[in-house]
Amino acid sequence: MQGNQVVFVDGVRTPFGRAGEKGMYWKTRADDMIVSAMIGLLERNPAIPRERIDDVAIAATTQEGDQGLTLGRTAAILAGLPLSVPGFAIDRMCAGAMTAVTTLAGGIAAGAYDIALAGGVEHMGRHPLGRDIDPNPRFLAEKLVSPDALNMGITAERLHDRFPSLTKERADHFGMRSQQKVEAAYQAGHIQPDLITVALPSESGYGMATEDEGRRPTTTMEALAELKAPFRPHGKVTAGNASPLTDGATIAALASEDVAHELGLGVRMRMVSFAFAGVEPEVMGIGPIPSTEKALAKAGLGIEDIGLFELNEAFAVQVLSLLDHFGIDDEDPRVNPWGGAIALGHPLAASGVRLMIQLARQFEMHPEVRYGLTAMCVGLGQGGSVIWENPHYTGAK
Amino acid sequence: MAKSAIAQYDSLDVSPLLAHAKDEVVTHSYVRHIPLPLTGGTLALVTLDNGKDHTRPNTLGPQGLVELRETLWGLQKEAQAGTIQAVAITGSPFILAAGADLSKVGDIPDKATGVLMVKLGHQTLGLLGEMGVPSFCFINGLALGGGLEVALNADYRTVSSSAAALALPEVFLGLIPGWGGAWLLPNLIGIKNALTVMVENPLKMNRTLKPEQALDLGIADAMFPAARFLEDSIAFADQVVAGKRKVKRPHEPGALERTTVWPIAVNTARKMLRERMGTVAKSPYAALDLLAGAKSATKAQGFAAEDEVLAELIAGDQFRASVYAFMLTQKRAKVTPGAPEREHAQPITKVGVVGGGLMARQFAFQILRRLEVPVVISDISQERVKDATSWMEGEITTLLEKGRLHSDTANKLRGLIHGTTTMSDFASCDLVIEAVFEEMGVKREVFQELEKHVRPEAILASNTSSLSIGDIASVLKHPERMVGIHFFNPVAVMPLVEVVKAEKSSDAALATGVALVNKLRKTAIVTADTTGFVVNRLLAKLLGEAMHAIETGTPYEVVDESVAPLGLPMGPFALLELVGLQVGAHVLDTHHNAFPERFFASDSLRKLVEHGKIYDRDAKKKITGVSAFAQGLIGEGPGYSAPELQERVYDGLADEVWRMLDEGVVEGPEDIDVAMILGAGWPFHMGGLTPFLDRVGASEKARGKTFHTPPIKGVS
Repeated sequence: MQGNQVVFVDGVRTPFGRAGEKGMYWKTRADDMIVSAMIGLLERNPAIPRERIDDVAIAATTQEGDQGLTLGRTAAILAGLPLSVPGFAIDRMCAGAMTAVTTLAGGIAAGAYDIALAGGVEHMGRHPLGRDIDPNPRFLAEKLVSPDALNMGITAERLHDRFPSLTKERADHFGMRSQQKVEAAYQAGHIQPDLITVALPSESGYGMATEDEGRRPTTTMEALAELKAPFRPHGKVTAGNASPLTDGATIAALASEDVAHELGLGVRMRMVSFAFAGVEPEVMGIGPIPSTEKALAKAGLGIEDIGLFELNEAFAVQVLSLLDHFGIDDEDPRVNPWGGAIALGHPLAASGVRLMIQLARQFEMHPEVRYGLTAMCVGLGQGGSVIWENPHYTGAK
Repeated sequence: MAKSAIAQYDSLDVSPLLAHAKDEVVTHSYVRHIPLPLTGGTLALVTLDNGKDHTRPNTLGPQGLVELRETLWGLQKEAQAGTIQAVAITGSPFILAAGADLSKVGDIPDKATGVLMVKLGHQTLGLLGEMGVPSFCFINGLALGGGLEVALNADYRTVSSSAAALALPEVFLGLIPGWGGAWLLPNLIGIKNALTVMVENPLKMNRTLKPEQALDLGIADAMFPAARFLEDSIAFADQVVAGKRKVKRPHEPGALERTTVWPIAVNTARKMLRERMGTVAKSPYAALDLLAGAKSATKAQGFAAEDEVLAELIAGDQFRASVYAFMLTQKRAKVTPGAPEREHAQPITKVGVVGGGLMARQFAFQILRRLEVPVVISDISQERVKDATSWMEGEITTLLEKGRLHSDTANKLRGLIHGTTTMSDFASCDLVIEAVFEEMGVKREVFQELEKHVRPEAILASNTSSLSIGDIASVLKHPERMVGIHFFNPVAVMPLVEVVKAEKSSDAALATGVALVNKLRKTAIVTADTTGFVVNRLLAKLLGEAMHAIETGTPYEVVDESVAPLGLPMGPFALLELVGLQVGAHVLDTHHNAFPERFFASDSLRKLVEHGKIYDRDAKKKITGVSAFAQGLIGEGPGYSAPELQERVYDGLADEVWRMLDEGVVEGPEDIDVAMILGAGWPFHMGGLTPFLDRVGASEKARGKTFHTPPIKGVS
């Protein structure tokens, strides 16, 4: 990237909860979740001068009710930031938080911002994807986009159709491994340090969200084979190889590297390049392939330069399509080493920063890795990719 | 562990109490277990929640207490088993708990049941001090009375910086904090602070503590912002349990304080209390006795002492009267009986005030401040107008300097003041209130002139205290638009306004008058168009009797003594000085003229007006004695003994109240009490006036029946 060097100072998130009435966040407001994360981030980064935050971008896909009202601004006020700090809301469906990061990074690179906060929240229990939408009838009339393209599960089934080598077994296996890897990461204590606990009002007293709620560490292939395919009779996409509906919020602090050094802020990652790209909405899951190619090209890197991959697991099949495209093995240890959204959940517009939080922590543990990739597919046929450099890099082993 | 303070309640049988708690809004106790990362253990978090929102706060009744007791017993066992390392208790959004449910006071049929309620509270809340693991209260919001005592019984406390209020208002209601508060508080924050919180504040219009004050006093050990209050509080608990955080209690009393400061502070408070409010009210002195005892009593002894004292007070007259008065004034702040439906009220977008004198400028300013609409104020000369508007501007500046107004608002208010000498400037006012000289001819002239300029639907009002609204309105083309709006001095402080319904007053006029009062954040009572309305008529009765007694040979001291049981904020003669001797004489004259057979006018009072004072005072304005001149006015004759005069006063007041009810001056005795409490500062513990008159038998003596059925009095 040209201009000022952008760095990822720190990132945190709320534990992710199962969406719906039985989920832990059912009685919690979406804005309270992002505010909690924001306060948590600022509290653990006391070196960030509040008044020097130049902008706050918060993403949400369904911007209504407690998840509407110019979230970046309202969350900043609710979190107690000075009123002089501005803020706005962002929507690129699943890549909301990622777009918040890249948008503010652009501002930092251009010299408009010194420090900025970027994050996202999605309370899918209170705000299910697609409620009250009113798609333009021209999409249908002019066959611009198939109505199926608005149903993410059907787009995933279509990927299985397009790539027969992406079998249900491979998808299930990938899903099971995600559960196992998340559990191992929890056991090793890799996940917990970046979680901000959230008090949970409920009809039976206050509880506390301290861990991701949706994990199923004991998942077996046999059990997965039994699961129903909700999107198509005898289909391949099931709850076992797809990310569940999830409530969660994430946030990151970004800065120009000079300012980070001036203030003694942490530098956990350096941004190398980013790109977004569009594909047919009916196969939105392959979106990260062209966006990654674009980002690599801008960085002057090849896929072989990437030492760690944090790929959002909207569906196992769409992650596998990317791995196949780049010739990477399903079990490659560089890919989602701590598992992903199938086990942790995918609160749409919040997920992008979750990828970055995990990559940042892995960078610390892997000084031999120089570059990492965060990438995700986006509803309506898009992909987003950000390539990061490891500041702890000490040269190849 | 120290000896248990609650073992004394082990054999408590609360079934008689529960039998009376049928329709309790139960505050439930929910438990959830939360990991403590530092400690590596578990905290059991109890949430108090009655399932309602903050408009019906958590209260603690028998069923709720029993549920909490069961819950805490269960957690005690878990603590013993080592499965939990801490216990915490918190409330539902914005509310910890607002104490006992006052609407259920009548459910306590006798003293024995009252005792059970007190002991059950001790046994339940006291468990928080004997959990076997550290206990915490996270004061997330409003914590009043028993609600704050929940917190005091815990080992540690955190408070949300947005908690609306913390207080022990019991003394205000004729009680004492008897679920541990009277022993725990002084032993936590020292005797002087405890006196402030437990005695002084309740008697200062029920003043409450802000969270910062609770923190400074050491009632709370830590304060956290509301946004992450519970998360931060649990992290605090984790640190304390893990031994990573030491809690400092800045005001916890040491041995020195106990031996030296403690007794002196209590005695000083007792002396001040006697001077300020006499000895009629029982609860403040009961609180002082308990605080004195808390110096050396063990916790168990302290709890037992509270049991005894509180049970006595709960069964007593003053508590019932206080609750009656409290609920009444709370309710009347929102609803005014006798007033037409709200929708009859006309919008008030511009107000006129005729006359720029002392009262007029005060209510003109209050209207300006609370309604933030243009206020036109007139007087007979440019100079007098300027005087009134400058005064109002000065008030704005004062509020601005005190930080109680934003500079934008101050600018706005200044721009809304319009002084004038021309009636035509009232043309676009929705409401014009007159406060000129108390003289029928003058007032009629004002209104006749006004009616030429104002719109046909504009409401006209008079602030008269002594003239008939109907008589003034008789000269109007549209007398139905006229209403009385009688403010009390000082307008900013006095919470009552009498809205007077003349014979022809329309619903619109009356409703608009009441709406204005409510927008001024005051309480309205609607009265008929009769001499003195309510407050002045009853004060005239009392003061007339007092002056008459002097003139017939009764010493001043005997007069004061005779009315002392009423527990009034001051004696009759001090009151006369406060309202102004001239005003007092005018009020007596007015009532004597209207009801010559029942009300005394007073020549002596007229002489006192000329002399200028009744009492001699020192440099600090403290009364040193009755002035020689006033002494000289004591008439020839035997005078009354205190009991004789007392009987005259009680009987006279009871008779007058009955007459007012017969005449339809107000709808019921409750209106009389609201008026006397809010308009004359008559005490809560008397229930205003009518519960007292019932209790002393004066109402029955006058008419063979009581004002209230059943009478508002204690149980045995």
